[in-house]
Amino acid sequence: MSSNTDTIRELAQQEYKWGFVTDIGEDRIPKGLNEDIIRLISTKKNEPEFMLEWRLKAFRHWLTLEQKQAEPKWANIKYGPIDYQSIAYYSAPKQKPNITSLDQIDPEILRTYEKLGIPLLEQKMLAGVAVDAVFDSVSVATTFKGKLAEVGVIFCSFSEAVQKHPDLVKKYLGSVVPYTDNFFATLNAAVFTDGSFVYVPKGVRCPMELSTYFRINAAETGQFERTLIVADEGASVSYLEGCTAPIRDENQLHAAVVELIALDDAQIKYSTVQNWYPGDKNGKGGIYNFVTKRGACRGKNSKISWTQVETGSAITWKYPSCILQGDNSVGEFYSVALTNNYQQADTGTKMIHIGKNTRSTIVAKGISAGHGQNTYRGQVKIMKDATGARNYTQCDSLLIGDQCGAHTFPYIEVKNSTAHMEHEASTSKIGEDQLFYLRQRGLKAEDAVSMIVNGFCKRVFRELPMEFAVEAQKLLSVSLEGSVG
Amino acid sequence: MSLLEITNLHVRVEDREILKGVNLKVDAGQVHSIMGPNGSGKSTLAQVLARREAYNVTAGEILFNGKDLLAMKPEEAACEGLFLAFQYPVEIPGISNAYFLRSALNAIRKYRGQDEMDAMDFLPKLREKLKLLQMDEKLLNRSVNEAFSGGEKKRNEILQMAVLEPKLAILDETDSGLDIDALRIVAEGVNAMRSPERAMLVVTHYQRLLNYIVPDYVHVLVDGRIVRTGDKKLAFELEEKGYDWIIKEEAVTA
Repeated sequence: MSSNTDTIRELAQQEYKWGFVTDIGEDRIPKGLNEDIIRLISTKKNEPEFMLEWRLKAFRHWLTLEQKQAEPKWANIKYGPIDYQSIAYYSAPKQKPNITSLDQIDPEILRTYEKLGIPLLEQKMLAGVAVDAVFDSVSVATTFKGKLAEVGVIFCSFSEAVQKHPDLVKKYLGSVVPYTDNFFATLNAAVFTDGSFVYVPKGVRCPMELSTYFRINAAETGQFERTLIVADEGASVSYLEGCTAPIRDENQLHAAVVELIALDDAQIKYSTVQNWYPGDKNGKGGIYNFVTKRGACRGKNSKISWTQVETGSAITWKYPSCILQGDNSVGEFYSVALTNNYQQADTGTKMIHIGKNTRSTIVAKGISAGHGQNTYRGQVKIMKDATGARNYTQCDSLLIGDQCGAHTFPYIEVKNSTAHMEHEASTSKIGEDQLFYLRQRGLKAEDAVSMIVNGFCKRVFRELPMEFAVEAQKLLSVSLEGSVG
Repeated sequence: MSLLEITNLHVRVEDREILKGVNLKVDAGQVHSIMGPNGSGKSTLAQVLARREAYNVTAGEILFNGKDLLAMKPEEAACEGLFLAFQYPVEIPGISNAYFLRSALNAIRKYRGQDEMDAMDFLPKLREKLKLLQMDEKLLNRSVNEAFSGGEKKRNEILQMAVLEPKLAILDETDSGLDIDALRIVAEGVNAMRSPERAMLVVTHYQRLLNYIVPDYVHVLVDGRIVRTGDKKLAFELEEKGYDWIIKEEAVTA
């Protein structure tokens, strides 16, 4: 056996280091899904009537979808049937009601986030980043709220937004991803338990990065969070989410919905570093990450930019998209998706051009290693009135080893003859040549692999907020270790 | 002790024996040239020295600086001071030439227990080497070898050698694909690197390069063995008569 292979093998044994379980009292509802459960969730969250009604409408719709077996099957992924009755749809760490300060949070939870590298005590935090921490079904803390409130930015848990800003929630909830959108989005609308809410008022540039850290802890639960971000006229905000989960043999479902709304001249930058437990090297366990993310550029000159680094989850099914309604609005999608071992990813974007002179850019980088299967699926649609629309798509796949797969499904639909479309695609393999070349210059095998991969992803990493670009690079290296033999 | 000592080296690739008992000693300060017809095993020798896997060493020993080279990984050999200028330099998209060079230098410095060099200290050093090879500074910000011309790639190899300052530099067919001007510039760069502490092994098919990089010894490799060793005159003789006469003589004496 070659020395190269040995080094790599050793590294492959490294465990997912975010895989610990926090031992904490849970307030959990029984498994199962029915109207009583939906009412129970709503009661637990002390929700106003309109929320319960919305949930129930969603649930009744979901039942019809389930009857029609409308769970989407078109994606290039394989998994066994999910028993929606065997999931507990609400689990929250037991803690004192009415926490008024971060000091009152259970130290066990604080320690959990410390361990994950996300200290929640403000004095220990990265100066320019406010964090909302979601633990299983609930938000346990949001930092820097006071500082943000000074400029009028609302950043809080979704539950808090429902209580304190019901008008905003009512106005925008479901306005981009309606509860009828798709099977998983409908399920989410019925049972979602928390998430983050952001509202940036007119003309305000949010003074710091906002971020949410999602943590699944409890077993046999799912995480169904919902995030809603509204940037009013001339406002701008940059938001980042991160996610991890314990190592478990069973698959756990994460079905989230994210809605973004940008009004005239507003900008939203949404970055994701997704690192849910990917399953073990034989493909056992891991998170099913079935997520609906969509942004509406409602106003003229608005801009929504998605950047995602997807290294975790057993299966990823997500297509962060932009509806470019406002004239001159801009949509962007930058993605790195990595599948190692037996991970599967079917991810990409939709850019729907409605307004005049709308522009979109898609840069998707897929990396497949081990037995990983990686699919890019994209749709660019130029509507009849979208005169002067432009799209640039670049879609590259990198293969490591000979057991993995890369697949590309780009759909282009143009109904206006003035549209300008560019599409570039490539598939390459990390060659023994590249590795040997770098090692001959003194770089260790694992550093050589990560240099090649980082070079491949550079165009996307450039879009991440500085603090996280470095993290993403490291994460990619760790996720890849063991992939070259 | 020689810097490089190859004893009875046998190498197989799949079912074929490529090197059939190579013996070679190279001392610091010397320039040796390995010449030979296509398929004689020249490049295999270079690759084995640089520790490329996929070559199966079935017998023999290589000491580099007194250490067992065959026990080393490619990066260890590099950190010990062995450098291979590739016949076909590889492209690394998205990684700037400058970043790559500094990473390589720092990997080697770290191995040797030296402090890593920051960009501030590194750049002036790099610029000075660039000048030596008459290379455009813009090449530093471009991805490693990506969209480089053939000549730029070869010059980039010598630039790396100049930055990494190896004890033993192996030049594998560095002259191939170079026009005469580029050849001269590359050779000048290499000559500037000659020093009493450094040895070079110049692998080439043609004598042409040796007009510019004058070797102390010329070895002729035929069918996996060094069949003749001489000085630079041997190279001229080969140029004039081709490899056939030496192969025929070998057949007679064998």
